[in-house]
Amino acid sequence: MKILIKNGRVIDPANGIDNAADLLIEDGKIAAVGGEFDASGAEVIDASGKIVAPGLVDMHVHLRDPGQEYKEDIITGTTAAAYGGVTSVACMPNTDPVCDNEAVVSYIINKAKTKGYADVYPVGAVSKGLLGKELSQMGEMKFAGAAAVSDDGRPVWDSSLMRRALEYAGMFDMLVISHCEDLALADDGYMNEGPVATAMGLRPISRAAEEVMVSRDILIAEAIGARVHIAHISTKGSAELIRRAKERGVKVTCETCPHYFTLTDRACEGFNTNAKMNPPLRSDEDVSAIKEALRDGTIDCIVTDHAPHHIDEKNCEFGYAKNGIVGLETSLGLGIKYLVNEGVLTMSELIEKMSLNPARLLNITKGTLSPGAIADIVIFDPEKPWTVDINKLHSKSKNSPYDGFELFGKPEYVLLGGKIIIDKGELICR
Amino acid sequence: MRKDLLGLKDLSAQEIKNILDTAKSMKSIIENPKKKTPHLQGKTVVNLFYENSTRTRLSFELAAKYMSANAANITASGSSVQKGETLIDTAETINAMGTDILVMRHNMSGAPHLISKIVDASVINAGDGMDEHPTQALLDMLTMLEHFDSLEGKKVAIIGDITHSRVVRSNIYGLKKLGAEVVVGGPATLMPAGIEDMGVKAYTTIQEAIIGADIVMGLRIQLERQKKGLFPSIREYYRFFGVDDDLMKLAKPHAILMHPGPVNRGVELSTSLIDGEKSVIVNQVTSGVAVRMAVMYMLSIGGFN
Repeated sequence: MKILIKNGRVIDPANGIDNAADLLIEDGKIAAVGGEFDASGAEVIDASGKIVAPGLVDMHVHLRDPGQEYKEDIITGTTAAAYGGVTSVACMPNTDPVCDNEAVVSYIINKAKTKGYADVYPVGAVSKGLLGKELSQMGEMKFAGAAAVSDDGRPVWDSSLMRRALEYAGMFDMLVISHCEDLALADDGYMNEGPVATAMGLRPISRAAEEVMVSRDILIAEAIGARVHIAHISTKGSAELIRRAKERGVKVTCETCPHYFTLTDRACEGFNTNAKMNPPLRSDEDVSAIKEALRDGTIDCIVTDHAPHHIDEKNCEFGYAKNGIVGLETSLGLGIKYLVNEGVLTMSELIEKMSLNPARLLNITKGTLSPGAIADIVIFDPEKPWTVDINKLHSKSKNSPYDGFELFGKPEYVLLGGKIIIDKGELICR
Repeated sequence: MRKDLLGLKDLSAQEIKNILDTAKSMKSIIENPKKKTPHLQGKTVVNLFYENSTRTRLSFELAAKYMSANAANITASGSSVQKGETLIDTAETINAMGTDILVMRHNMSGAPHLISKIVDASVINAGDGMDEHPTQALLDMLTMLEHFDSLEGKKVAIIGDITHSRVVRSNIYGLKKLGAEVVVGGPATLMPAGIEDMGVKAYTTIQEAIIGADIVMGLRIQLERQKKGLFPSIREYYRFFGVDDDLMKLAKPHAILMHPGPVNRGVELSTSLIDGEKSVIVNQVTSGVAVRMAVMYMLSIGGFN
């Protein structure tokens, strides 16, 4: 079984490739990129005018399965991923039951393998039950296939437990992903502290609530020489703290989400619950700083924090609405429009932050088109516009603030393990 | 056309003036020995209150009854709210019973905005979280206009818990539209970030706020804020942020003293000021009924233009 992708612009940051080339896939793996090769008998995809890149790796997704299948499940979540060009998904452990043991890790992996449209890498809990008291069984989860650990959705409040987690997870070479929020400073708030929250009478969260914990985690990692990954940074201050820590050699990495470089707290005006998330949308100054940190390499990855919620959980009082938005189907388009087209990143840098870098942090052999690599590929035309229609999203939930946005580069072909799963923009059976 | 009154943020200066003009004529009805007019005859007004309220709810209820409307009250404790029904479902149910005007108070900012999009009834915001309390600000302005010909250039000093106050937000929106200068004063722990962006000056020494004011307004301080660590004690609060006769002397000689009520005597204001000649607190209550009559009547005929 051979597939030939012809006439495309191949972007493979792992090998420094960004040029016109044909790409041959054989037996589910990349066989050759450019040069002379025998493509006889191959199925041909014409990628003229399109970019051919490694499938995206989204290391921060909530698939809600097991336990909250009314919001999303592994099938619908990975379907949304496929439509967004995301072929590898790391899913967060705040499921029911919590993903803090081998059984839940195996359930997720097996369901994704048999019924899903993306490779799924469960993120195990740092603490049992996400309760912040005792370390979870990271070793057994690692051997069951967990790619990282996190108590995402809440901070590891106990600093000593955080230290032990970094040490213990480090032993298994598992990344610890830290949700940074000082809950006392956040004080039950749900919107960025500043003029917009004040004018609307919404309970504010200070930037310091995020930054205090970013500082803490940097200092713990530095003190013990461990690595730590900071989830979804949203403020100028967090970016600056991480920039300085990296300069002095601390093993800290971080991610941000498209909403933190595309929207501000003004998106909440009119009590728009689809703009409510945690961390909250910030100000213009923060958006500029996040872009600068993406440009200068302070921010390693772009993730979605895909957080599906049922309409009843969003169509309610702002203060009661759940935090988060779906993002798998809009992340590439937002990256192209707001980072590449605005000159913040090159296309290759965007792909690097959405594919290669997260793959490296998770220690998975994805995010590259090197010969021999598993053929996870996304093909898109970065100049072709499309309009977001939330009712046409493939996630079970439609909680997106981007309805009506004109974006670019909707994936036209997606290959997962060498099989075409998105063909001319539509999902076909795996 | 305007279906709802959600806040003064969205109203034009002219709409506010029209409401105040109508309210002035409504006041004569309240003073009449036979308090009954046909303005809302055949209409149904429902007060849906998710927070405790005595004066606001009674004020709306009497306003509706003086204008011959059918009026009913629902409080959160005695309704389907306890059974876990959503706000939207509750509001749709009330709407389906032939309600023309739904007066709503809710602890969450934006709740009436949510409901206004769902029901055909006119929604009047009777206070939502820390967002707005438009009829309070309108009654405050009506009371001010009984003492001043115009609010243009008048200095209004609002003192107290600015962070949690919906009264202050509605007053800022409304007073600025009528040309007044607004300053706020209170402890730094109860002063929200970016309040200056609403076009006001903010002070933590209330003397600076009160100097030269034409109108001084105290805000109710919720005593449980002390437990949350926002101020150390009632005694200390009164010492630094309570308004007494000496502080009031910093205001203009003709200045008036206001408070949305209920007052904590000896906390926000001294008893001698509350009962003194500068106080118009009782007039505010009468203005409240008049303003609510005006708002309900005007909404029933299509808006404030």
